[in-house]
Amino acid sequence: MELNARIPSGPIQDKWDKARFEMKLVNPANKRKHSIIVVGSGLAGGSAAASLGELGYNVKCFCFQDSPRRAHSIAAQGGINAAKNYQNDGDSVYRLFYDTVKGGDFRAREANVYRLAQVSVNIIDQCVAQGVPFAREYGGALANRSFGGAQVSRTFYARGQTGQQLLLGAYQALERQVQAGTVQMFPRTEMLDLIVIDGHARGIVTRNLVTGDIDTHLADAVILGSGGYGNVFYLSTNAKGSNATAVWRAHKRGALFANPCFTQIHPTCIPVSGDYQSKLTLMSESLRNDGRIWVPKKKGDKRPPDQIPEDERDYYLERKYPSFGNLVPRDVASRNAKHVCDEGRGVGQTGLGVYLDFSDAIRRLGRKTIEDRYGNLFEMYERITDEDPYKVPMRIYPAIHYTMGGLWVDYYLMSTIPGLFVIGEANFSDHGANRLGASALMQGLSDGYFIVPYTVGDYLATNKLEKVNESHPEARNAVACVQQTVQKLLSIKGKRTVDSFHRQLGKIVWDYCGMSRTAEGLETAIAQIRELRDEFWENVNVPGSADDLNQSLEKAARVADFFELAELMCIDARERNESAGGHFREEYQTPDGEAQRDDENYAYVAAWEYRGYGNYPTLQKEPLEFEYVHPSQRSYK
Amino acid sequence: MRVRLKIWRQKSPNTRGQFVSYPVDNVNPDMSMLECLDVLNEQLTENGEEPVAFEHDCREGICGSCGFMINGIAHGPLPATTVCQLTMRHFKDGEELLLEPWRARAFPLIKDLIVDRRAFDRIIASGGYISVSTGSAPDGNTLPVPKEAADRAMDAAACIGCGACVAACPNASSSLFTGAKIAHLGTLPQGKPEKDRRAIRMVTQMNLEGFGGCTNIGECTGVCPKEIPLEVIAAMNRDYLRGNWHARDNVVTTIRPFTEWSYGSKLQIDEQSQS
Ligand SMILES: Cc1cc2nc3c(=O)[nH]c(=O)nc-3n(C[C@H](O)[C@H](O)[C@H](O)COP(=O)(O)OP(=O)(O)OC[C@H]3O[C@@H](n4cnc5c(N)ncnc54)[C@H](O)[C@@H]3O)c2cc1C
Ligand code: SF4
Ligand code: FES
Repeated sequence: MELNARIPSGPIQDKWDKARFEMKLVNPANKRKHSIIVVGSGLAGGSAAASLGELGYNVKCFCFQDSPRRAHSIAAQGGINAAKNYQNDGDSVYRLFYDTVKGGDFRAREANVYRLAQVSVNIIDQCVAQGVPFAREYGGALANRSFGGAQVSRTFYARGQTGQQLLLGAYQALERQVQAGTVQMFPRTEMLDLIVIDGHARGIVTRNLVTGDIDTHLADAVILGSGGYGNVFYLSTNAKGSNATAVWRAHKRGALFANPCFTQIHPTCIPVSGDYQSKLTLMSESLRNDGRIWVPKKKGDKRPPDQIPEDERDYYLERKYPSFGNLVPRDVASRNAKHVCDEGRGVGQTGLGVYLDFSDAIRRLGRKTIEDRYGNLFEMYERITDEDPYKVPMRIYPAIHYTMGGLWVDYYLMSTIPGLFVIGEANFSDHGANRLGASALMQGLSDGYFIVPYTVGDYLATNKLEKVNESHPEARNAVACVQQTVQKLLSIKGKRTVDSFHRQLGKIVWDYCGMSRTAEGLETAIAQIRELRDEFWENVNVPGSADDLNQSLEKAARVADFFELAELMCIDARERNESAGGHFREEYQTPDGEAQRDDENYAYVAAWEYRGYGNYPTLQKEPLEFEYVHPSQRSYK
Repeated sequence: MRVRLKIWRQKSPNTRGQFVSYPVDNVNPDMSMLECLDVLNEQLTENGEEPVAFEHDCREGICGSCGFMINGIAHGPLPATTVCQLTMRHFKDGEELLLEPWRARAFPLIKDLIVDRRAFDRIIASGGYISVSTGSAPDGNTLPVPKEAADRAMDAAACIGCGACVAACPNASSSLFTGAKIAHLGTLPQGKPEKDRRAIRMVTQMNLEGFGGCTNIGECTGVCPKEIPLEVIAAMNRDYLRGNWHARDNVVTTIRPFTEWSYGSKLQIDEQSQS
């Protein structure tokens, strides 16, 4: 298979215009004759389904929650970037493009990133018109803040609930189309397989999560906006239901999976407190603006923080990175926290935590100011830990938060299966090896509102698709596969619960393919994952039946896919003999312990082709060229 | 610590349900109510019983999936807190907790603690939006929005659609939910052009779903995890009354649903008299 990213020629600022002009259009009267499936109702899927409905296509949209409004995008807190330059501080499309390519540690495709920056401004306009209550200045203009270490203020926000408000905007637009009859919504319905006929994506097989019915849905194109795969790690900041099943099944049907090892660890999460823990809670990164991070200098120092005198504390980020201090990027902050904990200097009962201390800030600015800035976050922290961060320093620890990898797509967001488009966190396209804060929301909405509605149209206008029906052998085969998996899972009746397997898998991936990785560790992980997977298929206990609501069965099918994806992540991580962004290989670091990229050998997208379980996948490389932003070593000293 | 959970078990809408009591012995005060159910479910699975079905996703109080009654209070005893954020330290060692699903005619039961809340989606589909298609928006700063209006709109927009307000209301009214959306959109200048029509449609849809009427009891706001204020119901009533007055020449039928789930029935109302 030859990878063709189909990047339009010409100067970067004209590429998207050129592409749009060259696209074939579907006659407006014919649009309703085309059916399109959208899997996912998050920022990406919800906005795509609504926009395609508005254009007049016949859309079916699917989500596994009881309502499209509950997609995981709802949980995003911080904000969304756009190159509006409303603050007159020198921002521009080019600057946002530059920051994103550099932030991604030079492992993203320039043309896509440039388009993202271009489209960012339209997103804000659209959301404002929908009634998203963005924060405002007293004069009535939109407010901005600087976020994630950016030098300009380009982040738009709605209190600490930006994701919620953007998603509700998309959800309302979607419900408007449901009302108009252009979109049919299928909540509590999970995609379990992709139907590929004559090389084109032509439908999906779903399970109705209430009745257990397995159904076939056929269409002229399929769009996956099913989110990221952070839950491979079991403990993550993702919602509990977030899963990789849709993308993984598509991968097994021929879609290439790109850069699976590029995952993001967020430095400021509330540490794990016990074995029962089901998920991790993110604390906004903005806390690092005023909080100082430290651990005791002595190993195993168990004194309460207020009894550790100033000269026995190690403010390690300030010490190692005097110019950026506590504001170093996410990957650097996370890695250093792990490092000090590995040395035995971590705090809290488990020893996996570092202090984030506000006492200096409170002394300097007064409690009132701190309350205004972070009141809701402090309250959330206290609710969970029962400690008052105004008095006792917070304890934080890194947690998995976002996955940059995903299904490979070309410039048109189409995967290697014609007719299968992938948008939002589910694709790999724009963030390279590390994502900057406030840019996932931007990408999801850009893909859904402004890119895929055009590119799907072009696909439909240029491909003549035969009519197919449910009795097509490929459709029947996909249904049979799904039924078989469901029956198999229910029939094992072993001794261990699904969660116990998932927890163990998560620990393996976290230990060996988390914040820092080695070739040897990754080998170990692959062997352990395989062994555990074999045990899963012999010893998992899935109670209940296939024909009613069965949450254990839902989980089991998702965990089964996580096993295979986890292995691919480790394979990819071992293959990439360099450190880049969130991928840190201990063998490849600078003398002072920073990530060392190898642009000569690894400036490519690693796209993996499925070869059957147990067989080594085939690696395809999409070389990356940097015409505009020249690769340089990131330095935060 | 230990607790005893007395949980409503019902296999399907058509079977009879009953309370079943389960001891949970290894409760950590730091775990959430849902994690306590996880622990119970692991036990049940290991003993070959079916785990308790309950809804959840984000587990940080924002998606609105979770929710059930604990000892008769929607989302339990802690104000402004969903069950996923409610930690066990708020209960006493040895306490018995009675868990049951939302009970309302418009929320039919699916299984155990899970009910069907699609009526909320239909209320939104009937008019809970600003009709602006992708691409047709002016620059975001074209229309100044006073900070106060933006803040008030945000207060109302914080609703997570959990349904606790309905469960707590003796009339099973969804006025707080519906009012929150009407107040959110109606407070912003962008939402003004469709104000009348939005209120008429949403209120009509709400009535047709089988929710009860509001009689100003205020239980809803008391249990609301996002503390949506009662004034949103006043905003809803005001917009509804004014909308009906403006549309008084139109024979609006208020007994036919505006939308049916998913199948996109077109609105039958006379469109032009609304403008
Ligand atoms: C706690 C947290 C805070 C964040 N904060 C920010 C922030 O401040 N700024 C920022 O830019 N980004 C942030 N992010 C990242 C961002 O929220 C996500 O990357 C983004 O929302 C993903 O959107 P999506 O539409 O791709 O997927 P999702 O929102 O995850 O939606 C996935 C959809 O797919 C459906 N689905 C999945 N699988 C199936 C299936 N098999 N069948 C049917 N339906 C399926 C789901 O039901 C859901 O509707 C944050 C992430 C987290 C975890
Ligand atoms: S108004 Fe409050 S209680 Fe009612 S659905 Fe919204 S958040 Fe839940
Ligand atoms: S699980 Fe999302 S609000 Fe409780």
